[in-house]
Amino acid sequence: MKLRRFFLLLPPYLWLLALFLVPFLIVLKISLSDIALAIPPYTPTLDIGAGWDSFRTFLSGLDFENFVFLTQDDLYWKAYLSSLRIAFIATALTLLVGYPIAYGMAQSAAEWRPTLMMLVILPFWTSFLIRVYSWMGILSTEGFLNQLLLWIGVIDAPLTILNTNVAVYIGIVYTYLPFMILPIYATLEKLDESLLEAAEDLGCSRITAFWLITIPLSRSGIIAGCFLVFIPTIGEFVIPSLLGGSQTLMIGKVLWEEFFNNRDWPVASAVAVILLLILIVPILLFQRNQQKQQEAEQ
Amino acid sequence: MRRFSWFNATSLTLGFAFLYIPMIILIIFSFNASELVTVWAGFSTRWYGELLGNEAFLDAAWVTLQVAVMSSTIATVLGTMAATVMVRGGRFMGRTLFSGMIYAPLVMPEVITGLSLLLLFIGIGLDRGVLTIVLAHTTFSMCYVSVVVSSRLVSFDRSLEEAALDLGCSPFEAFRLVTLPIIAPAVISGWLLAFTLSLDDLVIASFTAGPSATTLPIKIFSSIRLGVSPEINALSTIMIAIVTVGVLTASIVSKRASVAQQRDEQAAARAT
Repeated sequence: MKLRRFFLLLPPYLWLLALFLVPFLIVLKISLSDIALAIPPYTPTLDIGAGWDSFRTFLSGLDFENFVFLTQDDLYWKAYLSSLRIAFIATALTLLVGYPIAYGMAQSAAEWRPTLMMLVILPFWTSFLIRVYSWMGILSTEGFLNQLLLWIGVIDAPLTILNTNVAVYIGIVYTYLPFMILPIYATLEKLDESLLEAAEDLGCSRITAFWLITIPLSRSGIIAGCFLVFIPTIGEFVIPSLLGGSQTLMIGKVLWEEFFNNRDWPVASAVAVILLLILIVPILLFQRNQQKQQEAEQ
Repeated sequence: MRRFSWFNATSLTLGFAFLYIPMIILIIFSFNASELVTVWAGFSTRWYGELLGNEAFLDAAWVTLQVAVMSSTIATVLGTMAATVMVRGGRFMGRTLFSGMIYAPLVMPEVITGLSLLLLFIGIGLDRGVLTIVLAHTTFSMCYVSVVVSSRLVSFDRSLEEAALDLGCSPFEAFRLVTLPIIAPAVISGWLLAFTLSLDDLVIASFTAGPSATTLPIKIFSSIRLGVSPEINALSTIMIAIVTVGVLTASIVSKRASVAQQRDEQAAARAT
């Protein structure tokens, strides 16, 4: 039994060690190295065959210079803060759009619900890139939204939406909406209707009953949905680079440019390490919420 | 009593309009005769023709398909193994590290996963190409597979497996004859999830692909950076059509399977 388990465990364990943990340690190491005009473009490099002495010189070559550099250059601070702000606002907007949809789904007739679920999930299976791309034609100056607004007569001159933060918000809400709807719907569907009836019998208006009962009882779904949108949004690259403009500063995009355009691997690695440190807090909070929810269900 | 009000009807209508109108516009304008993407100039399948003549796109599509099939298959095997050990294995050395490594890739920003894998491949001198993309995709998608399969394993009655063992099955036979058929829906949806994740991935593939192998998302990304193009609209329509047919088929098949299973269970209950 033990032996069988060992052979079951070994392949995935080794795979994850070699292709997840080790690469991450390499990032950590390179973030402490200096940029160099060589292949690979950083120094020092570790030569395992050369013994203990070379390991010592290797260690002495590592320093926190790149991290000091990140604190000195405004760009990185601004990019981290602006990623957090964009992720926060986008999550709030996704909640505002997603909650009524999840609520409507939970209130609809039982035989409709599987179809509605399918309609929410279907976009999720469609290519992310294509969903972001579909907004480029809508939001551009000659795009469909401007054509529509001009035709109705709401505006006289086309609005600039594409390549601004507004477009980034629309893109995030659109692509991450299923992640918000599904956990909220899951909690609302289980909601005991008799609680609402009791509240109304006791004199609550429907709106008060909604605030006092429905919202608190769907809290764990709201929290789960918010984290599922917030965490991936911080490191988002595709949306800011396709829908955002030059003034849209997000850390995923900065990392990409540092790596591919400036070829500064040590700084790109340092950006990655700090991004991960920023993500640890929301990730731990999210896990705690999931655990609490599981315990509550048991 | 559920109360379906005009408010619910409005929010559902607006919500689904928001989700679907962008894609519907994309599909309609893929049949546009004009080169101007926002001006309708009559129906034409011209862009589909040009797409089929575009070698670079066809090559990229072929690479993407190969990568997706290979990585999702390996990921399903490894992910199912990992899930079995996590759910059934009890305590073992390094369990915390293992479960951490299973869950971390799910929340890891793609730019970091891509960067770290690229640095590894360069460090060990592995040439970037189809192989490196497969390795990268397998690594993150096996974690998704393992989560999907775990949830099914948790909910299933362990005594069925034990009964098979008592009746003389070897552990492997018990797994093949009892466990696998029961978790099969989860394994299949895990494979499908891994397959779509691989088809869809731009960021990790950009880091781990070399000049010898370009995937479709990389190709699409580099051409839409410059703006909307009718050829990409046609390509998107094809991809949306494939996904829609796939998802609908899968849901119909799984619904039939669950109906059949219910019927069997009822029949078994009557028989006893």
